[in-house]
Amino acid sequence: MLNYSLKRLASAIPTLFLLITFAFFLIRIAPGGPFDGERALPPDIEANLAAKYHLDEPLPMQYLRYLWQIVRLDFGPSFHYLDWTVNDLIAQGAPVSFTLGGLALLLALAIGIPIGAWAALRQNRPGDYAVMSIAMVGISIPNFVVAPLLILLFAISLGWLPAGGWEFSPSRMVLPVITLALPMIAYIARITRGSMIEVLRSSFIRTARAKGLPEKEILFNHALKPALLPVISYLGPAAAGILTGSVVVERIFTIPGIGSYFVQGALNRDYTLVMGVVILYGILIILFNYLVDLIYAWLDPRIRYDDQEAGA
Amino acid sequence: MAVAGLRALLALSAVALLAACGGSPADGEPAPSRLPQVVEVVLDEQGRPEPSLLAERQVLLRGNGEEPQTLDPHLAEGVPAANILRDLFEGLTTTAPDGRIIPGAAIHWDISRDGLTYTFYLDPAGRWSNGDPVTAADFVWSWQRVVDPSTGAAYARMLAPVVNAEAILSAERPPEDLGVTALNDTTFQVQLSSPTPYFLGLLTHPTTFPVHQASLETYGSAHVRPGNLVSNGAFVLDDWQVRSRIDVVRNPHFRLVDEVLIEQVTFFPFEDENTEFNRFRAGDLHWTYQVPSNQFRWLEQNMAEALHVSPWFGTYFFSFNLTREPFRDSVELRQALNLAIDREILTQRVTRFGEIPTFTLVPPGLPDYQPPEPEHAEWTQAEREARARELYARAGFSDSNPLVVELRYNTSENHRKIAVAVAAMWKQTLGVQTRLVNEEFRVFLQNRAQRRVTQVFRSGWIGDYQDAFTFLELFHSEHGRNDAGYNNPRFDRLLDQIASERIPSRRRNLMVEAERMLLADQVILPVFTYVTKRLVDPRLQGWQENVMDQHLSRHMFLVRERTVDVAPAETADDQENPTEDETES
Repeated sequence: MLNYSLKRLASAIPTLFLLITFAFFLIRIAPGGPFDGERALPPDIEANLAAKYHLDEPLPMQYLRYLWQIVRLDFGPSFHYLDWTVNDLIAQGAPVSFTLGGLALLLALAIGIPIGAWAALRQNRPGDYAVMSIAMVGISIPNFVVAPLLILLFAISLGWLPAGGWEFSPSRMVLPVITLALPMIAYIARITRGSMIEVLRSSFIRTARAKGLPEKEILFNHALKPALLPVISYLGPAAAGILTGSVVVERIFTIPGIGSYFVQGALNRDYTLVMGVVILYGILIILFNYLVDLIYAWLDPRIRYDDQEAGA
Repeated sequence: MAVAGLRALLALSAVALLAACGGSPADGEPAPSRLPQVVEVVLDEQGRPEPSLLAERQVLLRGNGEEPQTLDPHLAEGVPAANILRDLFEGLTTTAPDGRIIPGAAIHWDISRDGLTYTFYLDPAGRWSNGDPVTAADFVWSWQRVVDPSTGAAYARMLAPVVNAEAILSAERPPEDLGVTALNDTTFQVQLSSPTPYFLGLLTHPTTFPVHQASLETYGSAHVRPGNLVSNGAFVLDDWQVRSRIDVVRNPHFRLVDEVLIEQVTFFPFEDENTEFNRFRAGDLHWTYQVPSNQFRWLEQNMAEALHVSPWFGTYFFSFNLTREPFRDSVELRQALNLAIDREILTQRVTRFGEIPTFTLVPPGLPDYQPPEPEHAEWTQAEREARARELYARAGFSDSNPLVVELRYNTSENHRKIAVAVAAMWKQTLGVQTRLVNEEFRVFLQNRAQRRVTQVFRSGWIGDYQDAFTFLELFHSEHGRNDAGYNNPRFDRLLDQIASERIPSRRRNLMVEAERMLLADQVILPVFTYVTKRLVDPRLQGWQENVMDQHLSRHMFLVRERTVDVAPAETADDQENPTEDETES
């Protein structure tokens, strides 16, 4: 197990390095620079700014300088938000995005899995069709439609909840968390249903039934665990995505998370900020894929990562 | 809170159903206008409101466009940052609610007869927010910092009229050579290299504000963080959550603190105008930065008392690239395209927010400058179009040999709508075949500046100071933003003359001549004068429209709501709650 973990960790480093390299050069290809604006800067000031941020050096030199910074976990100053470093911005935005994304994830799991399992038990009956149709609608309606609808209903017409803005208070989290969770609930419900149907047909369930185990035990102990495997594979990348924030939800609810930095950073040519969020996202993806593999082993007794070692 | 959350969860299924049916609650009955009814404001003889009328909580909640890049007044750019900085800092002069220039940190000043020496007498009561006196030496140090190229001040050229500023900016002289002196603690003298009639107006711009030397030296670039920032304005920075809120509270050391009624201003950044609009409707804001452009009719019907649309000091225009074909040598062609568009239709049917059609570069509204309207401004649209066809033919184009042209704009729904309409007008009147090219903002700026691929492109300019020169100087052959590539030695000479002319009436005539020349050469295709459009809660008083769009919170106050019949009072209560959540944390 330890051996496997170390191997995974070792393979993460070249992956991250490639990611950093690609991202670094790709964003520099975009025309225009961070200090271009509608008002032209006097040439000497522009030269000074370029020197201050080392933009006057050859690109390979800047790249090496950046790598050296990253090694020391210094993401550099933001080129757009002049009073803050990228570390500051991520430190302020990440807790917000993590809280929202984490809650949305929990909500999605808590609702999606039971719904999916329930539908699987009623396969091809009216209940199943009803739940799966609603799930399909949930997947198809984009969150930039759902979010304004929720605001109109709960904030403006009913006045129960704030229309947006952020602080760590439940009333401000309800609408964005629901908006983020809705499509995930639908996905998880559909995946759970599909795999649950498959598992229920398999021979070990038949055996369990033949043994005369109570239906409850069959469902919870024998069927649900393996049925969750596809959900877990979906959750790896989905969790990384949802924890790094959603551009749309942040914009509509004015939430200061890090999701908008992907877009704003790119539009502002804020090179360091874009790099910062890309690296964070990359690390999360690698981390969650690793966690998914571990959970697999726990859920499915047939998967063991130290087999080779044991066999050797 | 928990109850509200639970209720929302229960009602969620209802929303899902609504969404599933494709019906939006917004499509049916418009939500009732929930503007509060306010008491009638009575001012006493000093122009101050009766204390009994004032709302208990003087906390102003203001939508403020995008997140400011910085709160260092010398590095800041853009309107949102300037709005906050005008509350935090005070220049030598400042603005009254109607936009008039009034004494600020300097209570009065002398101007020498040649207009070259300005002597400012600082208010001896002037204090920084830490209690230090505001001195002439602070201004000397601050202005030297602005023109020092190593500071990287985006608007350093605002101080260009000061002796040696240009040389310091191009690193030919040290910052200490700037023509500013502290005669004593409260007397600050400025030497100008040419008389600059708009100089007092420049002093309301954040670039000319003083900064606190000691805290800059202590904290370096972190001097603008809450807790570190020392400012000399009516308010002081209290909290700054990036992309969430900026709180400023009344500065107890401000020289006129007794006149300031607002206790706190919270600036909320918004990336989306619809979001801001929803927050206003939910009662979370007293004052919006803008309004959604597609909601004008609804707003007029439902929120007329809150909607404020007023002319702004800016012009929306298209420019021709004069360095390349087809526009380089053909003034007829440029004139034809200019005459073929119907500005009335563009403003009334396309932009629809009361924008003012224009045929000139400089917007109206300056106290002593009347833009020279060309002859065709008086014609009917039919006459203009007839003339346009004539000029188009003279330029060598016809139905069988139509002009094929690219119209370039940066990504924005409004720019797209305008470009589509302009292309349709050219097509209809002249048979021009237009290709619309939409580019991301920075790509667009770069293409404009390089003048290689552009033909006709969107432009626009908001004046930096209250003088026609802020528009005219853009077309100097060496100006960094002369993206049209206009290069007319006679025009350049006129600009130089304007810069050194001492007699106001002669200077004005020279500016009229320069603008007339620019319009006759048809360097640009003026479309309309910008308007500012925003929603202001009726409870917010002391707010006035003004062409420079400068609104200082220190002149404002919030008044009580009128207690009327039960129903509206209830809704008013509802919307008070989120407001309070907002300000307590």
